[in-house]
Amino acid sequence: MADFLLYFKKIGGLIGMSSKIKVNNLYLYYGDFCALNNVNMDIQPNQVTALIGPSGCGKSTFLRTLNRMNDLIDICKIVGEVIIDGENILDPEMDVVQLRKRVCMVFQRPNPFPMTVYDNVAYGPRIHGMKEKSKLDEIVEKSLKASALWGEVKDRLKKPALGLSGGQQQRLCIARLLAIEPEVLLMDEPTSALDPISTLKIEELMEELKQKYTIIIVTHNMQQAARVSDYTGFFLTGDMVEFDVTENIFTKPCDKRTEDYITGRFG
Amino acid sequence: MNYKTKEKIYEKILLTSAFVSVITIILIGGFVFKEGAPLIAKVGLVKFLFGTQWFPTSGEYGIFPMILGTFAVTLVALAMGVPLGVSTAIFLAEFAPPKVTRVVRPAVELLAGIPSVVYGLFGMVIVNDIIMYVERTYLAGILKPEYQRGYSILSASIILAIMILPTVINISEDAIRSVPNEYKEASLALGATEWQTIYKVLLPAASSGIVAAVVLGMGRAIGETMAVIMVAGNTVAVPDSIFAPVRTLTGNIAIEMGYASGDHVRALFATGIVLFVIIMVLNSVATFIAKKGVSRS
Ligand SMILES: Nc1ncnc2c1ncn2[C@@H]1O[C@H](COP(=O)(O)OP(=O)(O)OP(=O)(O)O)[C@@H](O)[C@H]1O
Ligand SMILES: [Mg+2]
Repeated sequence: MADFLLYFKKIGGLIGMSSKIKVNNLYLYYGDFCALNNVNMDIQPNQVTALIGPSGCGKSTFLRTLNRMNDLIDICKIVGEVIIDGENILDPEMDVVQLRKRVCMVFQRPNPFPMTVYDNVAYGPRIHGMKEKSKLDEIVEKSLKASALWGEVKDRLKKPALGLSGGQQQRLCIARLLAIEPEVLLMDEPTSALDPISTLKIEELMEELKQKYTIIIVTHNMQQAARVSDYTGFFLTGDMVEFDVTENIFTKPCDKRTEDYITGRFG
Repeated sequence: MNYKTKEKIYEKILLTSAFVSVITIILIGGFVFKEGAPLIAKVGLVKFLFGTQWFPTSGEYGIFPMILGTFAVTLVALAMGVPLGVSTAIFLAEFAPPKVTRVVRPAVELLAGIPSVVYGLFGMVIVNDIIMYVERTYLAGILKPEYQRGYSILSASIILAIMILPTVINISEDAIRSVPNEYKEASLALGATEWQTIYKVLLPAASSGIVAAVVLGMGRAIGETMAVIMVAGNTVAVPDSIFAPVRTLTGNIAIEMGYASGDHVRALFATGIVLFVIIMVLNSVATFIAKKGVSRS
């Protein structure tokens, strides 16, 4: 019964009842090349949304649109609307620094700064003006605990972050985001460079984190998408072919191409 | 001839070429030491290095004023050239649109190609005049008359600062460009501004390269002779102001070698030894720092 209610709620999300992020008619061009072709989707708060699709179909591009990281690419042109909490973030007037504080990104390759573990986590709060040592200590501890890393690094906070293992580095990168208390976490293949145990840890972590954050994850791993996500979107050469509750995508996809992809017949 | 013998021959040729530079440095070093060391022994190392009297005709050989002069000119040059050079490097690596780069980069290369005597001319005619004007118009009451002729630490430093710019700019720019883009993205994605990203992430990550750039620029400044002779005034005296005329170690050798004889010649060689040691220490520092940078990343 409870399952049924949950499912019902998820379906409600699909028709845009309570979206955190609404994407309307989004087109993105790299020069003349159309990398996103009329993407529409509603992303629900406190849920995990997975994006799947073959390499080069525009998943990373889409993700980078949500916190305006594509601004760094000169030839990139965007048309359409991305509305987060009622505000169109593609508006040229939008303060991207404030936006990126709210919508944070974990990259495919763990990329801690060449500083100590502590300084990595404290980086965000510091650049946003936090100076008090005791507050910073508190934030660092809280963020490392929330990213399930505290136990492993509490004795080496002052050691270089690059000395951690790949999996630890990735969780450190997550801690670094949590320290600035974002609302949305964008994760671009966060586990593709990690071993199965580290991957499992990050997946468990996502389960935890979705209580507080809205999570969007790009993954090439179908099992992972099925395990961790509530909604799944399937991209193919810039089109969003299908977007639905995860169970539906994996058990009764509407589109033939989705079915082919998840059953491994191409891609 | 089979390919193995050929390979051997190539290898030998390359080995020989490599040894030419090693042998040259040993020859030069050995020669300078052989000529200069006896004088240092005669005068005494401490007296030679820290003596303030330089009267070769009456056998007084203290090069302390020249050591100070060299360091003063170099440090002031670094104080001006490094901030300017590093800022230019940041601009070129991070901000400059291609159009601007197309103008700035050839200009920097040209700067490196100008012969030092031309820098000297420019310094004598333009820089010294400006400084003299400042000295006479605004500082006449404060400065001694000898300090009001334009020839000074300041003018030598300005010329040197320009001369070390290409070294500082090119090496720092390489260092900044070689910082992985991921660091920059990570920082921006956390809501850092472009500027915060530069001084909190980019510059620290590039710091070993930038320090190496500074050390190499410093080597260039210490070694520069002609341009400095032309603008520094070459007075042998312990400088007490940035407007004081000074003589540098290199200048001392170049100016006096033409007419020196006997112990005087050996004293100039001994000055060369001091220069040699200073440059060697600097080079080791640069190598050490560069290595540290490599092993870290
Ligand atoms: N900076 C860029 N300039 C030009 N084209 C780009 C740029 N970045 C991506 N593209 C193109 O846009 C398309 C989508 O790229 P994107 O990186 O979003 O794919 P992806 O779905 O994330 O692939 P993958 O699964 O391999 O990470 C690709 O065809 C790619 O070549
Ligand atoms: Mg990608």
